[in-house]
Amino acid sequence: MPGQIKLLLVDDEEAYVNVLANRLRRRNMDVTKAYSGSEGIQALRAQDFDVAVLDLKMEDMDGIEVLKIFKKMEPRLKVIMLTGHGSAQAAREGLALGASGYLTKPCELEDLVDMIRKTASKEV
Amino acid sequence: MRGSLKELGVYYRNLTRNMVLLITFVSITPMILVSGLILFQFHTSFQEKVHAHLTTLVKKHKQNIDTFLKERLADIRQLARTFTFEELSNESFLQDRLATLQDEFGPVFVDLGVVNARGLQVAYAGPFKLGMALYSTADWFQRAMKSNAFISDVFLGLRGLPHFIVAVRENWRGDPWILRATIDFVAFNNLVEHIRIGETGFAFILNRNGEFQTKPFQEIVPGKGPYLELLRSDNSAGERPVSIGRMTGEAGVKNIFVASPLKEGDWLLVYQQKVSDAFSDFERSLRVTMVVLLLGLIAIVTTAFLLSRRMVGRIAKADREKHMMNEQVVETGKLASVGELAAGIAHEINNPVAIMVEEAGWIEDLLEEEDFKDGANLKEFRRALNQIRTQGKRCKEITHKLLSFARKTDERVQEFRIDEAIQEIVALSAQRAKYSNVTVKLNLSEDLPNVRLSQAELQQVLLNLINNALDAMEKQGGSLEISSREEEGILMIEVADNGPGIPAANLGRIFDPFFTTKPVGKGTGLGLSICYGIVKKLGGDIEVASTVGVGTTFRIKIPLEMIKAQGSLNGKGE
Repeated sequence: MPGQIKLLLVDDEEAYVNVLANRLRRRNMDVTKAYSGSEGIQALRAQDFDVAVLDLKMEDMDGIEVLKIFKKMEPRLKVIMLTGHGSAQAAREGLALGASGYLTKPCELEDLVDMIRKTASKEV
Repeated sequence: MRGSLKELGVYYRNLTRNMVLLITFVSITPMILVSGLILFQFHTSFQEKVHAHLTTLVKKHKQNIDTFLKERLADIRQLARTFTFEELSNESFLQDRLATLQDEFGPVFVDLGVVNARGLQVAYAGPFKLGMALYSTADWFQRAMKSNAFISDVFLGLRGLPHFIVAVRENWRGDPWILRATIDFVAFNNLVEHIRIGETGFAFILNRNGEFQTKPFQEIVPGKGPYLELLRSDNSAGERPVSIGRMTGEAGVKNIFVASPLKEGDWLLVYQQKVSDAFSDFERSLRVTMVVLLLGLIAIVTTAFLLSRRMVGRIAKADREKHMMNEQVVETGKLASVGELAAGIAHEINNPVAIMVEEAGWIEDLLEEEDFKDGANLKEFRRALNQIRTQGKRCKEITHKLLSFARKTDERVQEFRIDEAIQEIVALSAQRAKYSNVTVKLNLSEDLPNVRLSQAELQQVLLNLINNALDAMEKQGGSLEISSREEEGILMIEVADNGPGIPAANLGRIFDPFFTTKPVGKGTGLGLSICYGIVKKLGGDIEVASTVGVGTTFRIKIPLEMIKAQGSLNGKGE
């Protein structure tokens, strides 16, 4: 589909990834789900994405670490971070590492969609 | 608690009482002992002095009187030996002799008489008409005949006036005869009457029968008291020339007396004085001492009382503060552990809440499909889903509050923008401000350089100040203005409210740890002292200006050179 945003969703909360993927797909996005940091890295290796939505708190890998790897693998990839409240520190660290923005969980879907669309349309 | 407060009251009262007693006892005991000792010594020596003085006095007068009597006797004897019975029997001759004597000694000799062995006064010279008087039965005559010299007691005699007789016995042609002279009572009396000391001291002479030989200054009842005893005991031997004693007279008046035998124990010279008079000097010093002692006593008791009360007051205050501090330390500890627990729960709850909200959203998405468009309960579905989303948001707010409450201060130094840090913290408090009906105004300079310090710490300072302001304005609402600017190289952040203000009395203590005006359990009294500590650590200062009824402004001043970042920040990335 032309104009469709290719999105990679990385979060170890499977239920959250699933429901979010369903909703984003309805909003005209090509969503690939990854249930862990390593799955995300594999997915990125397999294909290109416009935007990645990355949870900063995952069981297998720290989101910041995943962000670093993403940026190394694909410097043009735009990353939006999802953080828990009180993790503003980590989010700022992520921004310094090249992330495009962050949202605190739980977030309004419309905010997320807005941020994804704006980020995708921006040229780096 | 109330019971223990009552117990504490009793405890402090007892403490005060014990301290008062102890201080009083310790101070008064030596004072009284020393005073008593000195008084006793003084009394003893004073008494000795008085006694010595009186003894000397009496002794001197005793000698005077004895000498007087002996001299009169010697005068008469001289006369009797110089002239014969015959010569003296001539009344005109005797008159001449009396005149000579009176010339020489004044009116001491009243008259002269020559009495023969049968007691007949054969010649008389003097103012009375006693010629040819018969003295054979007179006591003095009988006694004079037995010894060769005799001095009688004072008696009224034939003339009916008090007088006494000095008589000598001589022999003429084998028959004894007597030359007698009457001694003027007034002249003799003067010898004794002149002994007067103080107001009540006076002297008199008693004979063996306890009869007055002189006119006493005061009426006393001789024979009673110690005089009789002294009169009866034979002091003629002179073992005790002077005796001193005390007696209680009429109406309980205490008297001191000094007695000395006269006329070889026939008479007793007595000097008597009221003790209170004799010791008036001592009693005056005693009174002065007592007054001083009493004043000292009052001063000591007053001081002890005031001192103890003040000290116990301090102890009570210290106890209260210690008690409060203990409570607050426990409180702080409790808060910290509750905070950690809350943070854990909040984190765990966030994900399920996010999933529920998203699932509800998903259902909403699906309801958009044609299949459901005409469903009878579509409206109700939408309402229910909306409710789920609303309640999900509430959960989020709750967890966010819990997390911000429990957040530990991150001391890591990093580079950030002041205005953004302030905005972030204001956003955190926005909900509370809304509940408290407080409008928040921001007046942030965007030209401030980036800073390098612990953002979390700075935010904690601001959060504490904002929370305090919101607490203060909770009841009436108000406005809160937060501004930041640079002034001569100093970063200024002001948090100003128009709340009730801080009373001047508290203004100096608000940065003290554990100082709080909030009700027990509401404030730890740590907020502002933490702020103070953080700002000081950054090399800055925190000031407060407050007017009751107008509002309070906290001003944080940090020299920018202490915290300025070297480079510039990359921005937020948008």
